[in-house]
Order: sequence, then C-alpha cells, then structure tokens
Amino acid sequence: MNTNLFQGEHIRLVSEDPEVMAKAFSKWDRDSEYMRLLDSDPPILWSEKKIKQWIEKDMDGDQNSEFIFPVRTLDDDNLIGFVGLFEVSWNNGDAWIGIGLGERNYWGNGYGTDAMRVILRYAFQELNLYRVTLGVFEYNKRAMRSYKKAGFSIEGRIRGEVLRQGRRWDTFIMGILREEWLELERKRAPSRSDVYDNNTA
Amino acid sequence: MDTQAKKEVNMDFQRSLFDGDLVCLAPIDPENDAEVEAGWTHNAEYLRMLGIEPARPLSAYQIKQKYENIEKKMEEHKNMFYFNIRKREDDRLVGFTKIFWVAWTHGSAFVQLGIGAPEDRGLGYGNEALQLLLRYAFEELNLFRLTALVPGCNQPAIGLFEKSGFKEEVRRRQALNRNCQRFDIIDFGLLVDEWRSREDQQLNPVV
Repeated sequence: MNTNLFQGEHIRLVSEDPEVMAKAFSKWDRDSEYMRLLDSDPPILWSEKKIKQWIEKDMDGDQNSEFIFPVRTLDDDNLIGFVGLFEVSWNNGDAWIGIGLGERNYWGNGYGTDAMRVILRYAFQELNLYRVTLGVFEYNKRAMRSYKKAGFSIEGRIRGEVLRQGRRWDTFIMGILREEWLELERKRAPSRSDVYDNNTA
Repeated sequence: MDTQAKKEVNMDFQRSLFDGDLVCLAPIDPENDAEVEAGWTHNAEYLRMLGIEPARPLSAYQIKQKYENIEKKMEEHKNMFYFNIRKREDDRLVGFTKIFWVAWTHGSAFVQLGIGAPEDRGLGYGNEALQLLLRYAFEELNLFRLTALVPGCNQPAIGLFEKSGFKEEVRRRQALNRNCQRFDIIDFGLLVDEWRSREDQQLNPVV
C-alpha cells in the first residue's frame, strides 16, 4: 500500500478549482483538432463563465458515478488535460474511460499512455471495477495505439457512426478486464506485490 | 435533349407509419398505462432482460413520473421518439419502443423495445412494432444507422434483431453481471442501405 495511487511516471492526477479548469477548457476547446478527436458532438465555443457553472454543478452533484481528474506533468507541473471514469455501473463493475490532452505539445510523448495507466490502476485497485470500456474514432490512430499499449483490446466497431469531412468513420469500442490488467502489471513490474493473488479475490 | 417526360412520383400515404396488422405505435396514455407498466416490473425478468441497471419493482406513481420525464425530454431535446405498443384488436398496452440518443449531425441513434407481460411475448408483437419503428427511423427521421444494446443472455432479443437484419458489431466481454454470472453485452447495428435492400426484396421478391 505504499504507492501513490495518483502518480504515474510522467503525470499525476490532481484536483483544481472551477475557475482554473474553466480557463483551461475554454482554451483547449478552441483547438478544433483536439475537439474532433475527443467527441462526435459539433464543438461549441462556450464562455468561460458557462463552463465554470457546469463544473461547479458537477462538483455539487453525484460524486459516485463519475471520477474525473485534471492531469499535471511531474517535471514542470503543467496542467495538460484530464482523464476520468464516468457512467460507473456498480452492479456490473463496468465504467467508461475518457481522456483528453488539451495541451498539444504533450501529444505523442507517452503522457497520455501514462495517464491511462494511472486511471486503470485507480479503476481496478481503488474502485474495484471488473472491466472498463472506451470508444475511439477510426481517424484517431494515435489514441488507438496508446490504448493498445495500456492493455485495451478491440471489442468491435460501430460502423459509420460518425460523419465528418464527407465520409463515414467507425467508432471502435475497446475494453480491458481486471484479469488482463493484472497480467500486464505483473509483466511490467514483476517485483510488485500488489498485483498478485491476494488482491485478485 | 430531355425527351423523356419526368415520371411523376406520388407520396405513398396508404401505408400508415404507425399501424401494423397486429399492433400499432401509440402515444403514452399516462392515466391508463401506468398501472399496466408498473405490473410488468413486478416480474423481475422484464427489467433484467431489458437493461443493465439493477431491476426493482416500480409503482404506478413512479411510472407516471417516468412518462412525464419522457414527454418533457422529447419536447426539450428533440432527440428521442418514444411509443407505447398497443394491440390493435382491443387497444391493450403490450409494450414500448423508442429511438433515442439521436445524433442529428451523424444520423446515428439507438433503439430499444420491450414487450411487458410474458404471455404477450413470442406472438410477433415485438417484431411488428420493430418493423414499424425501423421504417419511422429510416423513412421519416432519415437516419443513417441504428444501434441496439442487447444483454448476451437475452436470446429472444438477439433473435429478433438478427431476423430484422441487424449485424453484431461489438461484443463487450463480460460487461453484465446477473446471478453471479458474467454475460457479454452485444451492440447490434443496422444501416439504412441494409434495411432498404431488405425492404425492396420483400416488396419485389426475386423469384
């Protein structure tokens, strides 16, 4: 029990005041590439004030079905994005994962994969989930590589769900089971005791 | 150049969007339907086969609240189309069906359907209601695709969607926990072109 659950090799999960996150989201949302990789809804440029109201409402709301964290780098303490679990289904032990690195200078350098590993550890060793699920668009190759590296496998594709730039793109659904994650962690760090049998019951 | 007169095409109003042979798609009748639907939920199998949330018996009061929420959502968000299914013979409520989470920019949406009482299942009501709903989705809403999420343990639902041309697209491994057993959740998908070619075949069968 001596690892800091919130900390990875490059990033840590933090908590920020609503005005800090509103400012960050409002900046990131203007990057249309980021927004189109993140979501299929048409991007809308909301005011900082409106975003702050949503965050405040979220913080006052149900704390038991959503676990979303701002992400900061370890070396320069930069706020670079967010990662989280939402729509947690407690009776089935399943949840959706979402991740977004708004600071594009940090793309392609392992920050996202590291954040994914930290949130998976949180999902399996703190929330005790059985599996987690995510959706990724066919045109987001970088994300798909990162998710595979973190241990996800493709469970299928929703054909042509997204219409963008005049063509149809599939949404890939990916999933990872707790057993698969444990196996991966044992290989990554054979000396770690917290991923062996006493924790799997 | 244009010697051929353009053939005039008329709208086909003869075929009702809402009426089949056995059942019809109908609005919610909160006063009379709530009691019936509440009754369905007192048999645990109904909600357990329908979705992934913990099943619980509901009162007529709770169902009425649900109806109010549905109509409020339909009015405000315009991305849900909810129908109660009635038997044409006696106007009796037998189930519900809906198109929901409509993403208008992409023409993508989800469908769900439930026949409430065990004795009303296996009689073709669900199948006919689904055919009506599909035509509404593709010929009235002009959607591109539909998704149905089905518990892997619900064999009648799997049979129904496969028979209607849906293809298995995703298998979320062991995503459902019922009776201490793990089942997959299956995403079934149907594209407008696939639906259209099946319709054409049924109207003009190639012998």
